[in-house]
Amino acid sequence: MPPGATLTPSSDTDPAISTSALSRHFGDLVAVDKVSLSVLPGEIFGLIGSNGAGKSTLIKMLTTLLPPSSGAARVAGFDIIAQAGEVRRSIGYVPQMLSADGALTGYENLLLSARLYVIPRRERAQRIAEALAMMNLTRDADRLVQHYSGGMIRRLEIAQSMLHRPKILVMDEPTVGLDPLARHAVWDAIRALRETRRMTILITTHDMEEADELCDRLALMRHGRIEIIGAPAELKRQVGPEATLDDVFAHYTGVDIEPEGGYQQARQARRSAREHG
Amino acid sequence: MAKYSDISPVTDYATQVLAVADAELRKLRHDPMELLSRAVQPALWLVLFGQVMAQVRGLSAGINYLDFLAPGILAQSVLFVAIFYGIAAIWERDLGVLHRYLVSPAPRTALVLGKALSSGARGLSQAVVVYGLAFVLGIQVSLEPRHVLGIIAFIALGSALFCTLSLIVACLVRTRERFMGIGQMLTMPIFFASNAIYPIRLMPLWLRAISRLNPLTYEVDGLRAFMLRNGVSTIGIGLDFLVLITTFTGFVAIAARLYPRMGE
Repeated sequence: MPPGATLTPSSDTDPAISTSALSRHFGDLVAVDKVSLSVLPGEIFGLIGSNGAGKSTLIKMLTTLLPPSSGAARVAGFDIIAQAGEVRRSIGYVPQMLSADGALTGYENLLLSARLYVIPRRERAQRIAEALAMMNLTRDADRLVQHYSGGMIRRLEIAQSMLHRPKILVMDEPTVGLDPLARHAVWDAIRALRETRRMTILITTHDMEEADELCDRLALMRHGRIEIIGAPAELKRQVGPEATLDDVFAHYTGVDIEPEGGYQQARQARRSAREHG
Repeated sequence: MAKYSDISPVTDYATQVLAVADAELRKLRHDPMELLSRAVQPALWLVLFGQVMAQVRGLSAGINYLDFLAPGILAQSVLFVAIFYGIAAIWERDLGVLHRYLVSPAPRTALVLGKALSSGARGLSQAVVVYGLAFVLGIQVSLEPRHVLGIIAFIALGSALFCTLSLIVACLVRTRERFMGIGQMLTMPIFFASNAIYPIRLMPLWLRAISRLNPLTYEVDGLRAFMLRNGVSTIGIGLDFLVLITTFTGFVAIAARLYPRMGE
């Protein structure tokens, strides 16, 4: 596509992300089942739910990593299948797993991202410096990432995802395995991005405190479907006057233990928890 | 809105290919031990295997066996370095580093070509080691500029080709354990069903036919013509090059199709 061309104009009132009956099957397993939702521009939107509820699968489809089985979705106004390239240019993605390369320095990781997104050469140095400063990593830029702490790696990954000034940032479990201090630093970084860059932020989380503190709205997923969507306060009110978000979670997911995501997922979660920790 | 480069799609593409290759080479610079450890194997082959096999009469008919062997060992060490890329790709996938590449707007062929290019550069560093060994062993190495250029071209192309093959296998098997098995199953036949350590004329007919389908045969033939002072190609440099470049192009197309599956 030629530079500057727009296939679909998206204004400030159009949803940043919208899905309609989006589904993904793995053989007989329905991981995401006809999900329809809208995320508004400038919102911090949280997906909550147990392991295997379909959060990560949904996010993989929205970031073009995984093709849907059926249904449709638009991200930043672009169709996730027909306009995958445009979607990729419009979003930043911080995977749950460790995506910064430990064998490179912080600066080199940022340089790699800047080049993959073809940020013009004359702007590269300045944008990298800005991102480092914003994520409070300037002093550690020339150290190998394998010597970083978990919180620093997370902040570096956020810096990498925002270099190309995306409209939308997608983060899978942004603070899993971090100590409280590092967790708050990541929250501050996410809030700062929303305030200064007017970014829309979509996160998945297991952490009800994070969902409550950080998110404007939440969608609770169960068995691949969305059970309920609303602001944290609203959801709590619906369950009871004194209800916490944990109560909301228990109320909608039921007392039954959800089928776990299996060995592979457990292994990945633990590994990434270890590496970030 | 994300900014686009205002230069051209071609330079954008080159930037993305070089970004991937540069990251690989920077890792090598941070940890140069890898280069040293990779020098051991060709040394063993040339010094131990080569010295002993040079005594076998059928092998050294009319030629100095060490001269014959050196380009074959050069090709082998390049092959072994390149095959390592598949396991590295699986490692990157398990960690999550791969997802960073796959969510970027870089065309999938650019991602594959970047890896292939860095494999070419790694291969050239192997060449420096093998040339050094060859000097020490008194092998008649040619340093004529056009020969050196020929060597660079064939090594870069050969490493890129086998790196891409390795990426294809990685995309198909997806786990480190399976790749280890398949990798062994792949490199040994590629090596032995080629002209790397013995001439094709000594092979039984069925093996000759297989060796003709083996890209390594064409790489070794090219290296043999360019590395030695009076080296000759038995297949023809033009055909060697054509087979390698065609196979490489096909492999890149396949790898670029399969690569996104690694992120699913």
